[in-house]
Amino acid sequence: MSVIEVRDVDRSFVVRHRSGRLRRTSTIVRAVRDLSFSVEAGEMVGYIGPNGAGKSTTIKMLTGILVPTAGSLRVAGHTPYAERAALAQRIGVVFGQRTTLWWDLPLRDSYDLLRRIYRIPADRYRENLATFTDLLDLGPLLETPVRQLSLGQRMRGDIAAALLHDPDVVYLDEPTIGLDVVSKSNLRDFLRETNRERGVTVLLTTHDLVDIERLCSRVMVIDAGRLVFDGSLEGLHGLGEARRTLVVDLMEPAPPLDVPTAQTLRVDGPRQWLAFPAEASAAPLLAAIAATHEVADLAILEPNIEDVIKRIYSTGPAPSD
Amino acid sequence: MVDRVAANVCGYALLAWMWIRVSMSYRTSFALLTLGQFLITGLDFVAILVMFSNVDALGGFSLTEIAFLYGGSALCLGLADLLLGNIERLGQRIRLGTVDQMMVRPLSLYVQVCADEFALRRLGRIAQGGLVFGWSIYALDLDWTAARVAMVPYLLVFGTVIFLAIFTIGAAVQFWTAESSELANAFTYGGSTLAQFPLTIYPTEAIKALTFVVPIAFVNWYPSLFILDKPDPLHLPTATQFAAPVAAALLSFVAAAVWRTGVRRYRSTGS
Repeated sequence: MSVIEVRDVDRSFVVRHRSGRLRRTSTIVRAVRDLSFSVEAGEMVGYIGPNGAGKSTTIKMLTGILVPTAGSLRVAGHTPYAERAALAQRIGVVFGQRTTLWWDLPLRDSYDLLRRIYRIPADRYRENLATFTDLLDLGPLLETPVRQLSLGQRMRGDIAAALLHDPDVVYLDEPTIGLDVVSKSNLRDFLRETNRERGVTVLLTTHDLVDIERLCSRVMVIDAGRLVFDGSLEGLHGLGEARRTLVVDLMEPAPPLDVPTAQTLRVDGPRQWLAFPAEASAAPLLAAIAATHEVADLAILEPNIEDVIKRIYSTGPAPSD
Repeated sequence: MVDRVAANVCGYALLAWMWIRVSMSYRTSFALLTLGQFLITGLDFVAILVMFSNVDALGGFSLTEIAFLYGGSALCLGLADLLLGNIERLGQRIRLGTVDQMMVRPLSLYVQVCADEFALRRLGRIAQGGLVFGWSIYALDLDWTAARVAMVPYLLVFGTVIFLAIFTIGAAVQFWTAESSELANAFTYGGSTLAQFPLTIYPTEAIKALTFVVPIAFVNWYPSLFILDKPDPLHLPTATQFAAPVAAALLSFVAAAVWRTGVRRYRSTGS
């Protein structure tokens, strides 16, 4: 049985804006349309899409914060909006942008409060807290008030908080946003291990495609409220090779560079943009350029979600299964 | 059902206790804030005392009788304010998105909003009201029959419930317009200020409004008419003086309906 079932879900918002001095017109915006998918227990699914595509709206419907305009949702056997409190016992939620912890309380007190609110059995709580303290390296932070934690520390604290009551499903909304490379990597390790060891179903939204690459065997892409891709990461790659972009500033303006492993996209004075396969290393490419030109500065742009979506559209409709 | 209610009552106590501990970690600040509340609300009554240095009665009520009205209203408002005073900041919470976080916890949203930032410093207002109320009971020259004595806790309980309901309605309106907290304050704090004086000093229309529209007169006015043995300026049936539970129940019913509708609206608009 699927732990998350979404069938033909629509979600519209009425947006009012002023037109003229007193008159107000309202338009209906369909944030999510004809959304259907299901997630099996233990899956780790990446949910990606550009800003405003409907990711947060979907998560809010799955947690019971928002009521769908049409269609049906089931999470862990509950209808989210109708059985919000009962569902809360079975899910964990992390909003990357804001903490769900209490600002003025030390982490340990926040956790103790959650233990009582969720009525976690004492031994289970001790066990979980010990595990997460160890894996997320929370030991030195437990006595620190949440407001004094750095972003990365707070995120670890939030993730432990979302898992303390052994939820069946965890929603992570941008869990790696704003974290440095090392913190991101540690967090991914933790999430992978938790998913594997505990069988927790994870639905994660992100702007960082590396999160998806490292964590998720399945990706759903939403754009303008519609699910435009649902399949494996390989399937997504199969739609066209992911490319990174090397931006080089040469000492002097030059004609477009001619390097065999890359394609020059754009030239703007001394600055040039070169696309190359995401899996390839930038080092040989740079060496090739440096052999003929003097390089002043460089930057590498990771593939972004907008590129991915563009590729989906250029290769035809989403595979449906 | 019983289980859910118990879980929510426990949840309220847990959250309130947590906020008390947080405020106690800044002991001096807590003491000063409580004292401040005591003194500021106390100034109200000082104004009444000053007035009575020039007159002997106001609207047919002596100083001790007005102290009884004032104390009753202040105590009920203070208790309601302590129990859910922060609910008035609901609009701000909606804007900040913290309501969403509350909705993913296994407790009722109402309980969480009421208990959030529970402030024990509001005891300052309660202490001040209690002091005036206690003094008036001591100083009143009354025959304290069993019925009169029983009427005092009756007044306090249902008066508090009426204020709780008004606070709730005022807050729930913020699901529609987040900037309406001042409007709500006009009814709660404004209403309690009106009720601190004998309603006989106001035009009849105002008394009717405080009876039938925003039934703040049931907080202390009608019970006090019975306790102090005063004539009713509206000449309503004597039963009105005991009708506080009816007013409290009706208002609570309205409050629950408005709150539910507000939450449903929130859940269908998002933030």
